[in-house]
Amino acid sequence: MADALAGLYQQVILDHSKARTGEGELPGADAEHFERNPTCGDEITVRVVMEAGTDTIRSLAWEGDGCSISMASASVLAGMAPGLTLAELAERTEAFRGMMRSKGVGEPDEDLLGDAVAFQGVSKFVMRVKCAMLSWVAAEACATQLGARLAPS
Amino acid sequence: MTTSTAFDISAKRLDFPGLQHEVNGFPLAYLDTGATAQRPTSVLDAERRFLETTNAAVHRGAHTLAGLATEAYEEARETVARFVGAASSDEIVWTSNATDALNLVAHGFEAATDGRGGSPAKRFALSPGDEIVVTEAEHHANLVPWQELAARTGAVFRYVPVADDGTWSLDDARSVIGARTRILAFAHISNVTGYVAPVEELVELAHGVGALVVLDACQSAPHRHLDLARLGVDFAAFSAHKMLGPTGIGVLWGRKELLDALPPFRTGGSMISTVTMESTTFLPAPQRFEAGTQPVSQAVAFAEAIRYLEAVGLGAIEAHEDRLAERLVSGLTALPGIRVVGPAAGVPRSGLASFDVAGVHAHDVGQYLDAQGIAVRVGHHCAQPLHRRLGLTATTRASTYLYTTDDEIDRLLAGVAEVRGYFGVA
Repeated sequence: MADALAGLYQQVILDHSKARTGEGELPGADAEHFERNPTCGDEITVRVVMEAGTDTIRSLAWEGDGCSISMASASVLAGMAPGLTLAELAERTEAFRGMMRSKGVGEPDEDLLGDAVAFQGVSKFVMRVKCAMLSWVAAEACATQLGARLAPS
Repeated sequence: MTTSTAFDISAKRLDFPGLQHEVNGFPLAYLDTGATAQRPTSVLDAERRFLETTNAAVHRGAHTLAGLATEAYEEARETVARFVGAASSDEIVWTSNATDALNLVAHGFEAATDGRGGSPAKRFALSPGDEIVVTEAEHHANLVPWQELAARTGAVFRYVPVADDGTWSLDDARSVIGARTRILAFAHISNVTGYVAPVEELVELAHGVGALVVLDACQSAPHRHLDLARLGVDFAAFSAHKMLGPTGIGVLWGRKELLDALPPFRTGGSMISTVTMESTTFLPAPQRFEAGTQPVSQAVAFAEAIRYLEAVGLGAIEAHEDRLAERLVSGLTALPGIRVVGPAAGVPRSGLASFDVAGVHAHDVGQYLDAQGIAVRVGHHCAQPLHRRLGLTATTRASTYLYTTDDEIDRLLAGVAEVRGYFGVA
């Protein structure tokens, strides 16, 4: 029984879905984005605070309601984001997206993705890929807002 | 209460190729008929046989096959008419599905409000301040078209609120239905709670204030004997694919004098009487609503599905599902951390149950069960307002049919009992 699920619910994911990093409000956020998966109703708001005057993320927090995959993915993202520049976040987002489209084929870049490689198994469950991507898509929208503001006019 | 089923389920199950699978190493336990039913071989064969022997466009052409196809297509309409107690087959309009049927009615009201359809259509014209009433428990298909109709016509969109368990009563309806109510639309049976609405009392209430009644019969037509004329509603909608038939075909039933007066939603070929470059006159119902090429082989297969249901017997199906519902709800209710929405154990409901598992999201519940070959529906079941009212974003739903066994219910209960432990919340 556990065989069919083991690839999906890695221990890292189960742990993050319960002991969540970055869940809560983030006063004074520089960017905020709400994302919803209309097929299941999962929703998340991601907020980002930047180091003043730089393109480096100080903290990323989120509030949401959803399945263990979407909540754990947001938790892993919130643990990873502090200290990254927007470009570095974009690089990791692309790597994460690539992994989620892999259908479990290939080796994800653990140096780049850290704990997030635990989600590779999710890519074999096509119905759950959107769950894993939800917070990353919201963070990407935050980065777009911030990038537009930081761009030299 | 019935303690056994009047038909041989094991034998019936052999009629359904779609049930003969293994999923993740387990025999499939298909508990998602509320979304779509599996189809018996006779229905699959009927569609194939029609396409192999009788396929042609209907209501046009004079060749032999065109005649045979038209005959089969109209016989199917008569079969459906008889099945739901229609006064004649002219009261049966083919649509793409129930959603399409409900949109057809809503758009007919809108066209009448815009002055289309002449004096016969005036009875459908809405004025600012007129009220359209639905319930908070509706499927989006019987909610959004009415919300849109209100927005486009200036009518007021109102709803009967539900109680904490997702059900509502005649008294709740009485407090909302009033002198300005023009349309009352509700589900005969809720696709989320299994609640069975008091249709005849609601019809009396609505007709008493001059309102027309639109019934969403998607979850009732497949599962119990439906006599629309006796229920007294004005329009009703249901889909073939939830009752052993094909996708792509549904039905709008309406009282003939209403259908003949309702302006058509889709216009084009096959629905006209006379077309000039200045204007067009339309055929009477049902053809006035059936523009373009129709789902002919699907209609033929749908009729075969109805013959299958009639052979088993709707009374026997209902009794079987009542028994399964009791087993399902009492079993779920006994489990720690499980909240069943809808009527409590022992209170009548249809053969489905939606539930929340404390601490575990419905998608995770569904995934866990799928790993054991148990297919359930997870999510908001196209009823976001109801879930919001219940304080839930998603639930897990198990729904039954004539082919569902006690063993499948027991497997579901055993699986649900394990879920909270697996996810570390119990």
